[in-house]
Amino acid sequence: MPCSELRLMEVCGTHTMAIARAGLKSLLPEGVKLLSGPGCPVCVTPPEVMDAVLELAMRPGVVTATYGDLVRVPGSRRGDSLARRRALGARLLVVYSPMDAVDWAAEHPESEVVFLGAGFETTAPGTAAAILDAAERGVPNFSVFSMLKRVEPALRALIASEGFNVQGFLCPGHVASITGAESFRFLPEEYGLPAVVAGFEPGDILSALRRLIELARSGAAALENRYERAVSPHGNALALAAMERVFEPRRDIWRGLGEIEASGLGIRPQFAAHDAERRLGVEIPPAAGSGGCRCGDVITGRSEPRDCPMFGGACTPEDPLGPCMVSSEGACAAAYKYEGV
Amino acid sequence: MSVDEIITLDYGSGGKKTSRLISDEILPRLENPALSELGDGAVLPGADRLVFSTDSFVVTPLFFPGGDIGKLAVCGTVNDIAMCGGEAKYLSLSLIIEEGLPVADLRRVMDSVQRAAAGAGVQVVTGDTKVVERSRGDGLYINTAGIGFLRHPGLSPKNMCEGDAVILSGTAGDHGAAVMLARGGLLDAGEAVESDCAALGALAEAVLSSGAEVRCLRDPTRGGVATTLCEFAESSGLGMELFETDIPVRPAVRAACSLLGLDVLYCANEGKLLAVVSAETAETALAAMRATDAGRDAAVIGRVSGADGGRVVLRTAAGGGRILQKLAGAQLPRIC
Repeated sequence: MPCSELRLMEVCGTHTMAIARAGLKSLLPEGVKLLSGPGCPVCVTPPEVMDAVLELAMRPGVVTATYGDLVRVPGSRRGDSLARRRALGARLLVVYSPMDAVDWAAEHPESEVVFLGAGFETTAPGTAAAILDAAERGVPNFSVFSMLKRVEPALRALIASEGFNVQGFLCPGHVASITGAESFRFLPEEYGLPAVVAGFEPGDILSALRRLIELARSGAAALENRYERAVSPHGNALALAAMERVFEPRRDIWRGLGEIEASGLGIRPQFAAHDAERRLGVEIPPAAGSGGCRCGDVITGRSEPRDCPMFGGACTPEDPLGPCMVSSEGACAAAYKYEGV
Repeated sequence: MSVDEIITLDYGSGGKKTSRLISDEILPRLENPALSELGDGAVLPGADRLVFSTDSFVVTPLFFPGGDIGKLAVCGTVNDIAMCGGEAKYLSLSLIIEEGLPVADLRRVMDSVQRAAAGAGVQVVTGDTKVVERSRGDGLYINTAGIGFLRHPGLSPKNMCEGDAVILSGTAGDHGAAVMLARGGLLDAGEAVESDCAALGALAEAVLSSGAEVRCLRDPTRGGVATTLCEFAESSGLGMELFETDIPVRPAVRAACSLLGLDVLYCANEGKLLAVVSAETAETALAAMRATDAGRDAAVIGRVSGADGGRVVLRTAAGGGRILQKLAGAQLPRIC
């Protein structure tokens, strides 16, 4: 069907940003549309989970350690975020690595350091390593609030969801460097969808996209790895082992996709001492309304950022309604900041 | 449901929230012709040929590769005056010191103030010191104000014309990257990245007296090159077209930004200026800038276009195009 529109999806926040930053959408051939899927860890986190984070951050003695991405993400109340809570007195530590948070906790035994573990299989091994490190060194005041998620169950749920209309996936090179290119084999084999693992330089992305378009246009359901310098067929055994040791799959809630079986990574009971949920008793409040935000539709490729009536008006990066606009990896932030010309 | 608005760090990032704070809360109450220009400094009406400016410095850490808060406090105000076409002469220096600051650190900062002032040809003629309780300050805050004589009147982005060349005086993002690396405890990795902190009086004078038709100058500090050019575009109503491959960036800075998830065009500079000059005299301006220490890597990075009214468009290395907006809030390191 060469005449019909080809809809391809990337499922990695870093791809979303790299594509926008290099202006690659303006170079796509006519009739090819590139959508952003559930690849931004912040965007797929539902507002009620952020509410729980905000509540946790305000507890006396708690120091919240986080990657920068989460600082401006609103909870269910507009304008409420860790940035605001910091201004109201919450102690916030923006770190580059969870190991920095373990070190900080060891130096400040009077504090209760909670690291916000957000991300996919890319960041899960580092978070696992931090928990193992804290357990080994005996840093009792370090724990992780796990919001970690797995890519495969989400992609399966997305493909099975109503109105799914995508003809091929640009697969996330960072995740694949951990899980291996073969972890995306299910896309062609079970769903007949071509999939190309891609790196992050503009040239990497363009070459992978070109191959993906060829595969999709010729109806070839195949998996190809175009990021071989970083991604092996079976991934990083050491990282996978650390993840396996510390985490176990659990049912999790995704913005836009709802609850998905085995899609999250919970901390195994033997590491309960470093699990903020068990240690500090974190309750996720009931889901609140979306307030008109269509991030859920954007994440699942049903809408593009510009289809949302809030885009650029009621919702901007400096006063965001939804996470897709605030996260540096969000599809809306990318569209707003790096609007194609 | 929304929450009451409070000041967060984003209001101090030099981007859109800072603009809104100024336009909503400050200008309506204090409006006057000198202030309304919103330049780096004010040309004082009635006081013939005087330029006045002030700046506060709250950098963490106090010492970073390539500079420290003392050098920054002198250069920042001197540069604001230079960007108005003035020659800085006199500074005030106010120190807000947190108790517990080692006197040795204060000495280091004051030595640096002394060196920077001598280098820039300014004298500190008045000042103030306050000490605040522990945990009420980050060791040391400095405010400087400066007075200079106006040498080159009439600089304003409103003078820009279609076809004008946009010149950046050197590599982009050095200061922002150096401070972020130092802050992240990544100093070892960051030794190749130094702040560009420098006084720009000589560079500004070189280009302004070169015979080139200079429309305006500005030093792209907070918010970086992108935010400053957006301000130019907004204020002139004209568009700008930048060429990514022409923008000088040190390889180590590019790598640091990529590692930290920062966009180099939004990283602060403390020793660079952007000049908009007529296309015909761009070579003259460039040669004059390159003959100075601070401007030896100067390059034409883009041009003023009539087409994209008020918008700044970046032509990327990959051949795509994207619109640059003002920084929306402080740049934050990313997850992965």
